[in-house]
Amino acid sequence: MDDLKSKYLNLIADAGDESSLEEIRLTAVGKKGEVALKMRELGKMTPEERQVAGPALNALKDEINAALAAKKAALGDAALDERLRAEWLDVTLPARGVRQGTIHPISQVTEEVTAILAEMGFSVAEGPQIDTDWYNFDALNIPGHHPARAEMDTFYMHRAEGDERPPHVLRTHTSPVQIRHMEKYGAPCRIIAPGRVYRADYDQTHTPMFHQVEGLAIDKDISMANLKWVLEEFFSAFFEVDGIKTRFRASHFPFTEPSAEVDIQCSWEDGQLKIGQGDGWLEVLGSGMVHPKVLTAAGVDPAEWQGFAFGMGIDRIAMLKYGIPDLRAFFDSDLRWLRHYGFASLDVPTLRGGLSR
Amino acid sequence: MKFTLSWLKSHLDTSATVEEITDALTDLGLEVEGVENPADALRTFTLAKVTHAEQHPDADRLRVCTVATNEGDKQIVCGAPNAREGITVVLCKPGDYVPGIDTTLSVGNIRGVESHGMMASMRELQLGEDHDGIIELPSGEVGELFVDWLAANDPARVDPVIEIAITPNRPDALGVRGIARDLAARGLGKMKPRDCDGIEGEFASPITVSIDEDAREGCPVFFGRMIRGVKNGPSPEWLQDLLRAIGLRPISFLVDVTNFFTYDRNRPLHVFDADKVSGNLRVHLAAGGEELAALDDKTYRLEPGMVVISDDAGAQSLGGIMGGAQTGVTEDTVNVFLEAAYFDPVRTAYTGRALKINSDARYRFERGIDPEWTPEGIEHATRMILDHAGGEASKVVVAGHMPDWKRAFKLDPARVRSLVGMDIPESEQRQTLTALGFRLEGNMAHVPSWRPDVMGEADLVEEVARIASLTKLQGKPLPRVPGVPKPVLSPMQKREQAARRTTAALGYNECVTYSFIDAKTAALFAGGDDATMLANPISSELSHMRPALLPGLLQAAARNQARGQADLALFEVGAAFHGGEPGEQHMLVSGLLVGRTGPKDVHGASRPVDLYDAKADAEAVLTAMGAPAKVQILRGASDWWHPGRHGKICLGPKKVMGIFGEIHPRVLREMDVKGPAVGFTLWPAEIPLPRKQVSTRAALVLNDLQSVERDFAFVVDAEVDALALVNAAAGADKALIQDVRVFDQFIGGSLGEGKKSLAITVRLQPSGATLKEKDIEAVSAKIVEKVTKATGGSLRG
Repeated sequence: MDDLKSKYLNLIADAGDESSLEEIRLTAVGKKGEVALKMRELGKMTPEERQVAGPALNALKDEINAALAAKKAALGDAALDERLRAEWLDVTLPARGVRQGTIHPISQVTEEVTAILAEMGFSVAEGPQIDTDWYNFDALNIPGHHPARAEMDTFYMHRAEGDERPPHVLRTHTSPVQIRHMEKYGAPCRIIAPGRVYRADYDQTHTPMFHQVEGLAIDKDISMANLKWVLEEFFSAFFEVDGIKTRFRASHFPFTEPSAEVDIQCSWEDGQLKIGQGDGWLEVLGSGMVHPKVLTAAGVDPAEWQGFAFGMGIDRIAMLKYGIPDLRAFFDSDLRWLRHYGFASLDVPTLRGGLSR
Repeated sequence: MKFTLSWLKSHLDTSATVEEITDALTDLGLEVEGVENPADALRTFTLAKVTHAEQHPDADRLRVCTVATNEGDKQIVCGAPNAREGITVVLCKPGDYVPGIDTTLSVGNIRGVESHGMMASMRELQLGEDHDGIIELPSGEVGELFVDWLAANDPARVDPVIEIAITPNRPDALGVRGIARDLAARGLGKMKPRDCDGIEGEFASPITVSIDEDAREGCPVFFGRMIRGVKNGPSPEWLQDLLRAIGLRPISFLVDVTNFFTYDRNRPLHVFDADKVSGNLRVHLAAGGEELAALDDKTYRLEPGMVVISDDAGAQSLGGIMGGAQTGVTEDTVNVFLEAAYFDPVRTAYTGRALKINSDARYRFERGIDPEWTPEGIEHATRMILDHAGGEASKVVVAGHMPDWKRAFKLDPARVRSLVGMDIPESEQRQTLTALGFRLEGNMAHVPSWRPDVMGEADLVEEVARIASLTKLQGKPLPRVPGVPKPVLSPMQKREQAARRTTAALGYNECVTYSFIDAKTAALFAGGDDATMLANPISSELSHMRPALLPGLLQAAARNQARGQADLALFEVGAAFHGGEPGEQHMLVSGLLVGRTGPKDVHGASRPVDLYDAKADAEAVLTAMGAPAKVQILRGASDWWHPGRHGKICLGPKKVMGIFGEIHPRVLREMDVKGPAVGFTLWPAEIPLPRKQVSTRAALVLNDLQSVERDFAFVVDAEVDALALVNAAAGADKALIQDVRVFDQFIGGSLGEGKKSLAITVRLQPSGATLKEKDIEAVSAKIVEKVTKATGGSLRG
């Protein structure tokens, strides 16, 4: 029996492929194989002999089967290794293309502004881009003869023959949304209104369309000091620099009283503008306490309510934050520009994750 | 508004520096736009004395001078005829920049003689036109700075010019005295009295003035006076210098006087040549149609209601805006009629705008001048004319009455705290208002006549805070609603954001294009009508509100193609306009694919974009916005889509959520875009809102029984929609059929003309018991029956 064992184990060890291994299996442990024949002889044996030979034969069979399995696995591995040796790719070839989309800086910055001010309790209000001259001017304390009307370079809509109403305007600022919101929802309120605005002007720093965000907070005892705090908190969050200082300068807007232009702290070094440091100042927005006449026009009693409003250029703060030099390029859709200044689709600005990467 | 430092100092006694003054002005709301200091260009030049002058050995017209300077004697070659021993000169040394000849000097050699600098003429220092010789100063020490000498002896030459922006509410600051008053209130000096005694007239004015009853609103009061026997001519040097410094051209003394008071006191005046006036002057409303040749050499046709001043010969002046040429003064004027009137701001503004005249007078009257100073103005001007041009003045003629400008508001000292948030003691508040000219009677603050802008309590607060300086304002937290902030975006705003982020994630670059486009392009997209037209477009390229977003994207594509970018994926989210009334705008999302899916690549994956790319993206964005999955795809969209290659994604025939397809080749041709170009437009507002806001989902039912897939192929007419076939198959057994998917299409070939084969996989999901072969056969037969009936096709053998 030991002969048998060593014979087959040698054969298995020498087998070169799976088919010869199968032949060995049949001759050794197949139904008519040598081991099976030996098993049949067990019947002729005495019980004592059988007691010894039976387990021995079974053990032999197991051993051969195990050797067969092991050899088979080894042959399989060898064949795989052989195949893999032939399988080689140039991994430095470029991958299949995936288009990279981008979000326009205007959209990104609008979302940043919204994220910050939403946290301070401001919701987002909207209004029409074509508006009546009442909402755009009169209700904001800019009557027909007011010089501010002429200074705003207003776009007017065409009026049909026979239509005697004053022509509608393309809103020159987002302030009419203040009126529309207060008319509808009254006081108290806290809103921002981002959107497109229009003025008939075109040069290096002016485009006939640009973007503003209006802020409005009305309550019983809101003061200009609250406005300063809101703006300082806003700018620190927006520019991601702690403790940005603002400077309020007296100014005039027909719809606020008192009015202030607001500068933020900055420095210029080697032609590089840095926000939130140094002792320079950069004008960024106009603001003030909502004029009593504006509140009245919107149906809110100025004896009971007061609050602040501000208006800020979205394009402008986008240019400042991201170092974009030319306003006109915002609206040119040059693919190179969109790719360079655009934002990844999943870079959603949040306060918990940070506004920018 | 421009003024010089010395002009300001004629009203304000101050020792403040230019920088202190400009900082204060900006802080007070009189924003400084620029400061020009002529001394800046002259700082390097010093005084020197010619101690010896002799003929140049080789040049007739040149002299070799020995000049005593603060650095010892220098040899300078000079060609000026007046270069001679003993004169005090202005020395420019080697290294100095000389503005009038735009040169930086170096040591020269002139015909063999070294020259160490130059002695300057007025023109070479840009101090005047004089170039006949070098400057000879009547005084001064060697080595003294020229600018110091000028400051002491000829201050106008080194007078800094300050330019400030004036907001429309501050007409008082359109006069130098108003600016001085603000600075004095801030504590930067003391106002100087500049009063003038009234002049008793020596005779009755031969010209009288009347104001028609209906013109009293437009011109409430008019003061006039004749001054006869004046000698007009160029103004004295100081007045010419003053006007030139602020950018005005001196004309003649009489005209310069009116300009002086316009800027000095915001008091526009007018002078008529009395000899050219026929009869008396009458202020009245234009009937319409009158013509006036004005001083700007243009002729204006008056509209009814404009305030005009006429004599017997007709209209001679537009009240508060511009005088007429016919009665204007000239150098030869001997008898002058001086006008100081008050014109109503509103009327002046409308008239000025209607006639498109931008004059200094209009600018001031429409903002509001000081009515009380009208009679003062005429006395001040008379004094100046008599002093410099002689003559004798008549008595003053007055028409109309002083308008009622008096008003008072209650000063509530606590308002500064509650409105601005600054603590300013009441005594300081009162002091500020008094310094600004308010008269306080108890708690009532009477507004000065020169402040038409102060119209209420809030204005008093503004004045107090402004003078105290808003830079002192400290921020104070805005109380916030306790707890976690509530969401602030509306469902539509969230949709807009989802659409934008999803489209970008699909590889599109977001554009922001102008809301207005040209008429021709707008017309290609059913726009460009009069309702959406601008009355005053900035150019014909931007004349109409856009009817859709695709035209802007196509223009962007054309621009990019011209720059060599062939493969584009652009999108925009924004409003399009279907009318010219407020609210006639609607939010759209549009995407545009042009060219290939990507650059050619080693994997052969790049291919031209097609309709199904646009469809996939449209569906993905709709899904992101919450659109239901079950939709109808209909045809028949607007004609800027390819007629056979577009689809409307609908919930019912009238509820169109989106359109995808190929852009019509004609549109591409018109817009100069090289195709292929496919795109989509979505209407976010058309997607139904979820019925109620519950966050729980329906329970997930998972079935452990084995599902079965069966494939079928049908031969149908080529124009049968695959969706019709799929819907028919799915309807065969709604409970059992989980999904039907088209996986193959084969057109023509052995099937013959006009036929196609569509192959579908149907997935069956049993729920009660495992499917047996006969169940599958039964449902298969039903599918074939339904599809055949619905499409007129047959099972492919």
